[in-house]
Amino acid sequence: MTRSHHSPRPLTRADVTPEGLWLNRRRLIAGLGAGSIAGGMGLGAWAQEALVPNEWDAITSYNNFYEFGTDKSDPVQNAGDMVTSPWKVTVDGLVDNPGDYDLADLIGDIPTEERIYRFRCVEAWSMVIPWNGFELNKLLAKVGVKADAKFVAFETAVLPDVMEGVNYPFLDWPYREGLRLDEAMHPLTIMATGIYGRPIPNQNGAPMRLVVPWKYGFKSIKSIVRISLVEEQPYATWQATNPREYGFYSNVNPEVDHPRWSQATERVVGSGLFGGRIDTLPFNGYADQVASLYDGMDLRENF
Amino acid sequence: MSAVGTIGPRISGAARKLPTWPVYLVGMVPGGFLIWAALTGGLGFDPVNKLELELGLLSLQFLLGSLLISPLLRFGRVNLIKFRKALGLLAFGYLVLHFLVWLLLDLQLRWGQIGADIVKRPYLTVGFAAFLMLVPLAATSWQGAIRRMSSQAWARLHRLVYPAAILGCVHFIMQEKVWTAESLAYLAAAILLVGSRLAWIRRW
Repeated sequence: MTRSHHSPRPLTRADVTPEGLWLNRRRLIAGLGAGSIAGGMGLGAWAQEALVPNEWDAITSYNNFYEFGTDKSDPVQNAGDMVTSPWKVTVDGLVDNPGDYDLADLIGDIPTEERIYRFRCVEAWSMVIPWNGFELNKLLAKVGVKADAKFVAFETAVLPDVMEGVNYPFLDWPYREGLRLDEAMHPLTIMATGIYGRPIPNQNGAPMRLVVPWKYGFKSIKSIVRISLVEEQPYATWQATNPREYGFYSNVNPEVDHPRWSQATERVVGSGLFGGRIDTLPFNGYADQVASLYDGMDLRENF
Repeated sequence: MSAVGTIGPRISGAARKLPTWPVYLVGMVPGGFLIWAALTGGLGFDPVNKLELELGLLSLQFLLGSLLISPLLRFGRVNLIKFRKALGLLAFGYLVLHFLVWLLLDLQLRWGQIGADIVKRPYLTVGFAAFLMLVPLAATSWQGAIRRMSSQAWARLHRLVYPAAILGCVHFIMQEKVWTAESLAYLAAAILLVGSRLAWIRRW
């Protein structure tokens, strides 16, 4: 596997680092001059290829979770009252073991690992998040996918008592998303249950959310209460809301602009007033691992 | 005469005694707070975006404020005409800052993307058009300009503020992913204020 800055390798248990250590490494790297990195130190190589995660506060207080309000600062203020334990998840459709599961029963025995992914929003900003979770394919293997299933559909909880947003029809609730089965089975696709080794906060999609790092963030649906294996391409909220602007695939692609703004570059959240803007990478930097999923497809047509 | 009937002239009378410079000063306070917050990390984790948005909103607020002056006189007999220029110039000042933050801090002078965006993105085209419309108004905001242009030509030129205000609000709506009550309220206010001119402008 290529190990370049553009293609972060899937990380393993061995890469897990406590938050405190992360911060120390970040300071250390910040203090290193270009000369010492060029000296061929192991740490220098690490610094070149690794993504540097955003701070906990940035990750957990700058969120799009419209069920809790449309401002980025709304979810952290309003999501606190959502009760995530116990949590029911319905698994249905073309599966061997359908049912209403308690989340703990569904995923309790699947070991988690840390994955550090760049998260690229369709609004042309990005941050880097150290997720804890497991590959979705492990959950799918547990429930047993039938041979004729071609897509996976997901649904977010609708809790009008704690989610102010769902009382207004600016989106057709519940929030829904979907993946093609091969996308869902891909080892980069995870279900996240934690960040920085802590339980995932409500505003980030507790107790369990999808993370698909090569797609725009809105595909990574939060607070999942339903997983359905289906034969037809499922409903996806943003695609249905505005099909001209949002496609089913929504792979990060600097060449295909959103009709209202460029996707060629992105603002780096947490980089301050003068911190900047970087070039957006095809498939958000994961092209080596996932581009082959779309061989022969016109990515302008299937945006 | 009722109390309501005298309130307009009373406000007008008080306003006549006031100089205009405090309006400029007070009008710059929210911008000062904003820039202070930006420099001290008070605008959150995406400060450029926040600064851009807030400067744009301040510009719209002062622009709509300047459009409120004439209806207040026509319908409410409240004469605040002497403050209108200050409100308009404050709106323009905040708009210039809004534009500069976009150019320097957000797009960081990536000229290729800047040019392509202004042409290709309707919301930017609309916002940029509103900006261009306000440039000649700011340039002719001094007393001498009115005399040189003839007050009729000056008044006609300054009607550019009507499309500029509406385009500014359209620009605000178009950059959002969903309709929000806030952005729609701005547009409604702009349409109402511009529409109120139909009551007294006979010849456009």
